[in-house]
Amino acid sequence: MKVMTLNFLTCAVKNCKSSNDSFPLHPKEAELAKDDIEINPQLLINVLPRIDWAALRTTSTELGFPTLPEQPPSPEDLQSDEALLKELHELLMETQMMEGKLVCGHCGHEYAVKNGVANFLLPSHLV
Amino acid sequence: MLPTPDTSHVPYNRVYEPAEDSFLLLDTLSSPSETAFLSSLGPGSGVVIAFLTAHASTIFGTPHVLTTAIDVSPFACAATDLTVRKAITENTSTSGHWTSPIQGDLVTPLRGGSVDVLVFNPPYVPTPELPSPPAAPLQELREKTTFEEDSHLLELTYAGGKDGMETTDRLIEALPRVLSARGVAYILLCAQNKPEEVKGRIRAMGAGTSAGEGEGMGEGEGWKAETVGTSGKQAGWEKLQIVRVWR
Repeated sequence: MKVMTLNFLTCAVKNCKSSNDSFPLHPKEAELAKDDIEINPQLLINVLPRIDWAALRTTSTELGFPTLPEQPPSPEDLQSDEALLKELHELLMETQMMEGKLVCGHCGHEYAVKNGVANFLLPSHLV
Repeated sequence: MLPTPDTSHVPYNRVYEPAEDSFLLLDTLSSPSETAFLSSLGPGSGVVIAFLTAHASTIFGTPHVLTTAIDVSPFACAATDLTVRKAITENTSTSGHWTSPIQGDLVTPLRGGSVDVLVFNPPYVPTPELPSPPAAPLQELREKTTFEEDSHLLELTYAGGKDGMETTDRLIEALPRVLSARGVAYILLCAQNKPEEVKGRIRAMGAGTSAGEGEGMGEGEGWKAETVGTSGKQAGWEKLQIVRVWR
């Protein structure tokens, strides 16, 4: 599962939807892998508005990546900031979480990640 | 904003005239500064999401489309991942960006207001009961499954409960939360689903329902539902149509 995907995922428990603590989910015991993908600056610039930046900052730190700037860069800034482009490319596009857990900060439920796929199916008592 | 293509040469007596829906799609998918997030539910083999991902430039006018797929079955998740990856390698010049499959129940794992285009080919066959979701042992990818397990997984792909609508109705209920302010859902229905009633229910969904986190909609906006494709008359009892839903 790509770190990009993680930015779109929240706790599947209904009662957690209204809580700010249910997003982003927190990686635990994460085993990461890195795909070798050619950098595509235009894609990164276009993706930026769809990314929840605050959540990405949290994820980046939790996965042991460099701390991202507090505010998201403007498209112009990103265009000319090769270092940040490279950082974002590596984090969002290349990094995969292969094994581990994703933990909800609100209810504490842990979603297993196996073979790179996160399982969001809930036990019946949580549905 | 990109210029709208010139269509003054098109014979509208035999060609669908670009209307609100077409422009909505153009607006949604071709704004240069924003990338669309596209999600396929119950992708099965992944053929639809692979097609949409591999031909993103042709279909959406931009390769800057992020795609994902959500299925309860681990086998469908694995199959979809491979189908999409293969399709991308065969169409590198037009492909969008595939993220990952997600194992889950409809849109429950997705954050609010995140989806721009949602495609759902639901379990739509009317059945006396809805099959139970896969229990823990069937949630894991493995080499060998029993005949009963295979039957259960297959049943989940088509059995829709009452009117074949029990699962689709749950998805429709979740649309206001998960679709972005400009989001569009394409839902496949069969005649037994009573499509006119379904569209009526969607249009009756309250204006002002939440558009997810921080993407509220203006007052007085309601939900729209229109049939945008049909399989024709020859398909008999399973006659199909695709309904587009948006706000």
